[in-house]
Amino acid sequence: MIAEVGHFALILAALMALVQGTLPLVGAARGDGAMMGLAKPAAQAQFLLIAVAFGALTYAYVVSDFSITNVAQNSHSAKPLLYKITGVWANHEGSMLLWVLILALFGAALASFGRNLPPSLHARALGVQGLIGVAFLAFLLFSSNPFERLTPAPLDGSGLNPLLQDPGLAFHPPFLYIGYVGFSMAFSFAIAALLEGRVDPAWARWVRPWTLAAWSCLTVGIALGSWWAYYELGWGGWWFWDPVENASFMPWIAGAALLHSSIVVEKRDTLKSWTVLLAIIVFSLSLVGTFLVRSGVLTSVHAFATDPARGLFILAILVVTIGSSLALYAWRAPQLRATGTFRPVSREGALILNNLLLTVAAATVFIGTLYPLVLDAVGGGKISVGAPYFNATFIPIMTPLVMAMAIGPMLAWKRGDLWAALGRLKLALGAALAAVALTLWLDSARDVLAAMGMALATWLFVGTALELAGRVKLGRAPIMDSLRRAGGLPRAAYGMTVAHMGFAVVIAGITASSAWQTESIRTMKPGETTKVAGYDFRFLGVKDGRGPNYTSQFGSFTVTRGDRPVATLVAEKRFYPVQRRQTTEAAIHTTWLSDLYAVIGEANKSGGWSVRLYHNPLVPWIWIGAIVMFAGGLISLSDRRHRVGAPRRARPSAAPASAPAKA
Amino acid sequence: MSDTSDMTDTATTRGRPSRILFVLPVLLFGVLAAVIAYFMLTGRDPRLLPSTLIDKPAPKFKLPPIKGWEGRKPGLATADLKGKVTVVNFFASWCVPCLAEHPQVMALSKIKGIQVVGINHKDRPAAAKDWLTRHGDPYARIGADAGRAAIDWGVYGMPETFIVDKTGRIRFKHVGIIRPETLKNKLLPIIRQLQK
Repeated sequence: MIAEVGHFALILAALMALVQGTLPLVGAARGDGAMMGLAKPAAQAQFLLIAVAFGALTYAYVVSDFSITNVAQNSHSAKPLLYKITGVWANHEGSMLLWVLILALFGAALASFGRNLPPSLHARALGVQGLIGVAFLAFLLFSSNPFERLTPAPLDGSGLNPLLQDPGLAFHPPFLYIGYVGFSMAFSFAIAALLEGRVDPAWARWVRPWTLAAWSCLTVGIALGSWWAYYELGWGGWWFWDPVENASFMPWIAGAALLHSSIVVEKRDTLKSWTVLLAIIVFSLSLVGTFLVRSGVLTSVHAFATDPARGLFILAILVVTIGSSLALYAWRAPQLRATGTFRPVSREGALILNNLLLTVAAATVFIGTLYPLVLDAVGGGKISVGAPYFNATFIPIMTPLVMAMAIGPMLAWKRGDLWAALGRLKLALGAALAAVALTLWLDSARDVLAAMGMALATWLFVGTALELAGRVKLGRAPIMDSLRRAGGLPRAAYGMTVAHMGFAVVIAGITASSAWQTESIRTMKPGETTKVAGYDFRFLGVKDGRGPNYTSQFGSFTVTRGDRPVATLVAEKRFYPVQRRQTTEAAIHTTWLSDLYAVIGEANKSGGWSVRLYHNPLVPWIWIGAIVMFAGGLISLSDRRHRVGAPRRARPSAAPASAPAKA
Repeated sequence: MSDTSDMTDTATTRGRPSRILFVLPVLLFGVLAAVIAYFMLTGRDPRLLPSTLIDKPAPKFKLPPIKGWEGRKPGLATADLKGKVTVVNFFASWCVPCLAEHPQVMALSKIKGIQVVGINHKDRPAAAKDWLTRHGDPYARIGADAGRAAIDWGVYGMPETFIVDKTGRIRFKHVGIIRPETLKNKLLPIIRQLQK
């Protein structure tokens, strides 16, 4: 009964989305206020209905209602409650339901808090959101119904993939989806602006907070996924350039470009058609990410063969959404006129360089990801482009980007002075050179690339700090004066500083962990000791244990350095009898400067165990840096210009070039 | 999909950017979609595009052995391909599909009268050694390639496999995983024929 309520609510939601996606758009074209006014209640009702459907499915999971196919296939009565709930979105149908729930939530938020927007823009943006909703709800109802009944109902379910029964992966999809779906707001605004035929600074100001929120959540989602891969897959690595990871990384890169280009639209009233195009591209990449990979359609080619209807549906949604929006762009974008002009050396010039590099980076990942997938999908066999391709193409693009990241914020709008900016960065250059020297000395000059990476991280970190110091005139004005200036800086300025510094921390973590990871893969008998990067790992042996729905083997190590005890590591290997699958849970001891990491494998006949031991320098910095970037996004989001008052739809008078510009 | 040209245009000119630039994104997308749809709907196999190297002598190359593995397997050069039917398998430790085809390569190495040689593509010697130790080393010789040999052989991705006849001419190319059925239905018949 509950399932039927959910199913019915979903059908009503689809009809509501249809109303939201048609009448307000017609109303906006005709200037009919009543039709435009429909958008708001329709969006709110759509959200409530989907929330009911989602609640119904969650209830079915919690009470283990195995008469529903989806629950029977993906849950089990012996599963802990947390994973019963997260199991709702750990499968294709449920994850699609979560997707539309978040989409409707964003739509309802725009409907409820969009009072400042001009009515026609508001109605059009909500209308486009409604159309996206129609496509997804139709997909759910016609080809991925989560409420399908199963008769006879099995006594118990077949359980959730053990790899997914993990806190890191349980909360990875919601964050990822907030990111993906959040970009739909930028997309809807872009389409609405094309329909309206105008893009102005006020438009950019409305789009920016949604993009910022989406991008920040995507950052967390990607970090959670990579953290999970790090401790669960047991290879000591945290990023594998695999299609699933890349699919979330592409919208992240393009989203970062969009964040920056919308600043240029807001401040300088130019770069409009590019920003609109970026908004379309970012959401298109999000769709590709959701569909082709997350739902498992292209990662396992056979999904197309076994269920061609679903595959064709997905292709149709992609082609219609992306194709029609790009066609609309081709038709309408030429009418978007820029008023601002500028020189290459300026804040906006630096932001364009940023966009250029980020776009090329996204394209690089796109080619590297899609080429093997496409080849595979069309029956060309599985090939792997692999890490060497990405390292060879990605690093040369990121290097100038990071170099410019410290310089860009130092330049004034309209007309910057490159030499003055570089002059202010002397200290950062010195720090970077010191980092090179220190790294080469510590590493005995073995790895020049690593020294470069550390130098870039230092350059960015110190350069960003110097930019903030310069803004508050630290050292050049009385300290009280500096403090007063610091208090008066907009939150967005702090947000930029924090996010850029977080990125510097990530670069340091990536560089150090890639260059100086030490691994030892061997067979050890209890009582034996192995040295890894100066640490002595003593293997104590393996004990058995059991969890709620699995049995475990715990392999213990004591780690000492010289005579000093450092840590006791307990690596776990789980066996889930329902699925007959094993998972590894790495034992990790972190000092925040490095991780000691141990995994146990199989036992051999003579009483030895295969073990993998790692010393991973600076790995924790990758996730710390990601959290710092997320915090930067939140700080910027809390800027009062996003909250207070209606941004007037008038063109702001051009700011004097020397004024300290807001980021 | 991403087109940057109109950005610079909008950015640097005061006037109206050329209309064609705005049409470019949708055209690019259309071409991409059409290509994918064509292959998907017709079931055409792009692997069938013939390699230009077929029936030509193997390219000239000389590769050193994997560092630290010299004691076990020597390096590989063009001259080593003559005299016997040879299977040349491009592989790498970072390549997951290579692991999937590994049992089939092991099976090939047990066939009498032919030799299986490996070209280890863009790999860290330590990782390659570890991989070969863990999963087994089917190769009579292994050349360590920094990327040049792959270009000469026209290799796009890992794994790819070639069959070279007794005179050193490339007779067959397979892109992607050698599945058990690929081994049985394609590679083995060709090898048998070339052995005659």
